[in-house]
Amino acid sequence: MTAPRRDGEPLLRFEDVGRGYGDGPHAVRALGPVRFDVRSGELVAVMGPSGSGKTTLLSLAGALERPTEGRVLLRGRDLATLSAPARAALRRRDIGYVFQDLNLLPGLTALENVSLPLELDGVRLAAAREEARAALDAVGLASLAARFPDDLSGGERQRVAIARAFVGPRELLLADEPTGNLDSVTGERVLRHLRAACDGGRTAILVTHDPSHAGWADRVLFLRDGVLVDEAASGAGCLVRVEDGP
Amino acid sequence: MSIPLSLLAILSDRSAHGYGLKSRFEESTAGAWPLNVGQVYTTLRRLERDGLVLPEEGEGGARQTWRITDAGRTALEEWFGTPVEDDPPARDELSIKVLLAVAADAVDVTDIVQRQRVATMERLQRYTRRKRAADPERELPWTLLLDALILKAEAELKWLDLCEARLAERGR
Repeated sequence: MTAPRRDGEPLLRFEDVGRGYGDGPHAVRALGPVRFDVRSGELVAVMGPSGSGKTTLLSLAGALERPTEGRVLLRGRDLATLSAPARAALRRRDIGYVFQDLNLLPGLTALENVSLPLELDGVRLAAAREEARAALDAVGLASLAARFPDDLSGGERQRVAIARAFVGPRELLLADEPTGNLDSVTGERVLRHLRAACDGGRTAILVTHDPSHAGWADRVLFLRDGVLVDEAASGAGCLVRVEDGP
Repeated sequence: MSIPLSLLAILSDRSAHGYGLKSRFEESTAGAWPLNVGQVYTTLRRLERDGLVLPEEGEGGARQTWRITDAGRTALEEWFGTPVEDDPPARDELSIKVLLAVAADAVDVTDIVQRQRVATMERLQRYTRRKRAADPERELPWTLLLDALILKAEAELKWLDLCEARLAERGR
C-alpha cells in the first residue's frame, strides 16, 4: 500500500472484530468482539490460554481470514473490502509472517529464501538479492547466506524466517510463537532482532505463551475466551535501582 | 543475605578498607542491595571477634584495611560449597495473599489474580527494558541479576495462570 501515513492514525485497528465458525447450534465464536489499535513502531504481544483466540486474531490481522463481525483496518483501509488480488499483494508486500512452522524452502539457500517474496513481486533479481542480503545482515546472518536451511541451526533458521518476513518495505510483522522450542539464549537473540526492527520503525504483533518473550513488548494484550480482558503497558518506572542501569 | 560472608568473599581476593568493601560489594552485585558503611564497620568488628578477619598494620580509622584469615577462608569455602535452601520457604506476600483469598469465600480470587498478572507483566517489561540497554559483556553482574529477576517474574506469571486454571476447574 502506498497511502501516506497520517499522524495519529494507527497502523492497524481492530474495530469490534469478531470471528465465528459454523452456523446455528454448532456456531462457535473463536474471537470477539475485540477492539484495539497498534501504532507504527510498536511491538505488541498477545497472551492467553490455549483456545483463547490468539491465532485467530493474528490471522485476521494478516488478512488470512475475514472477520464475521466488525472491521480490521490497515492504515485506515478495511481489509474485507480489498479485492482478492489486492489482498494477495498486501500479504506479499506489507505484511510479514513468522509461524511456528517456518516454511523455509529446503531447496533454496538462506539468501534465496529471503529474496523470493521480492522476486515474486517483480523486483529485479539483483535488487532483490541485495535487499535480502541486507535483511540477513540485520539478523546477523550475512555470513550464512549461502547455506541451505538443513545446514543451519534451529535459531539460525528462525532468524532467516524473520529476515524473510521483514525483507523489502513490509512494515507489519505477525509472529506466532516465533521462538518455538529454542533455548533461552537463542530465543532471546530472536526477540532482540524483533525488538530492534520495531525500534527501527517496523511494527509487530507477537503471539506467545512465554512471559519472558512478552516482556520485550511495549504492550501485552491478555485474551481469554476470545475477548481482551486486560493490557499491560510498561511505564518507565523504577526498579532495583533508582538510576537507569550502571 | 549474609553480609558477613559477602564481605569475606570480597576480602578473599584482596584486602580492603571499609568503604572499599562497600563499593566492591555493590559493584559485584550490580548495586541492587546498597550497603550502609556503618553496617560494614559493625560487621568487620564481629568478623574480627570471631577470628575471620584481621586489621592490617598501618593506618587506623577509616583508612584501616582488613584481610581475611585462614579461618575466614574456611568459613567462606563452606558457604560457597553449600547449596542455598529455601525450605521452609521464605514468607512470600503474593502466595499468602492468594491462599488467604481462596480461603475467604467473599473475595474474588480471579480478580486478584488478574490484577497481579498485569502488575507482574509490567514489572517483567521494565526488567526487559533494562536488559535491552545492558551490555552483557561489560555489565555481567547487572545482566545476570536481570535474568534472575525476569525468570522470577515469569515463574510468578505461570503460577498465577495455574491458580486460575485450578480455580476454574473447581468452579470458583
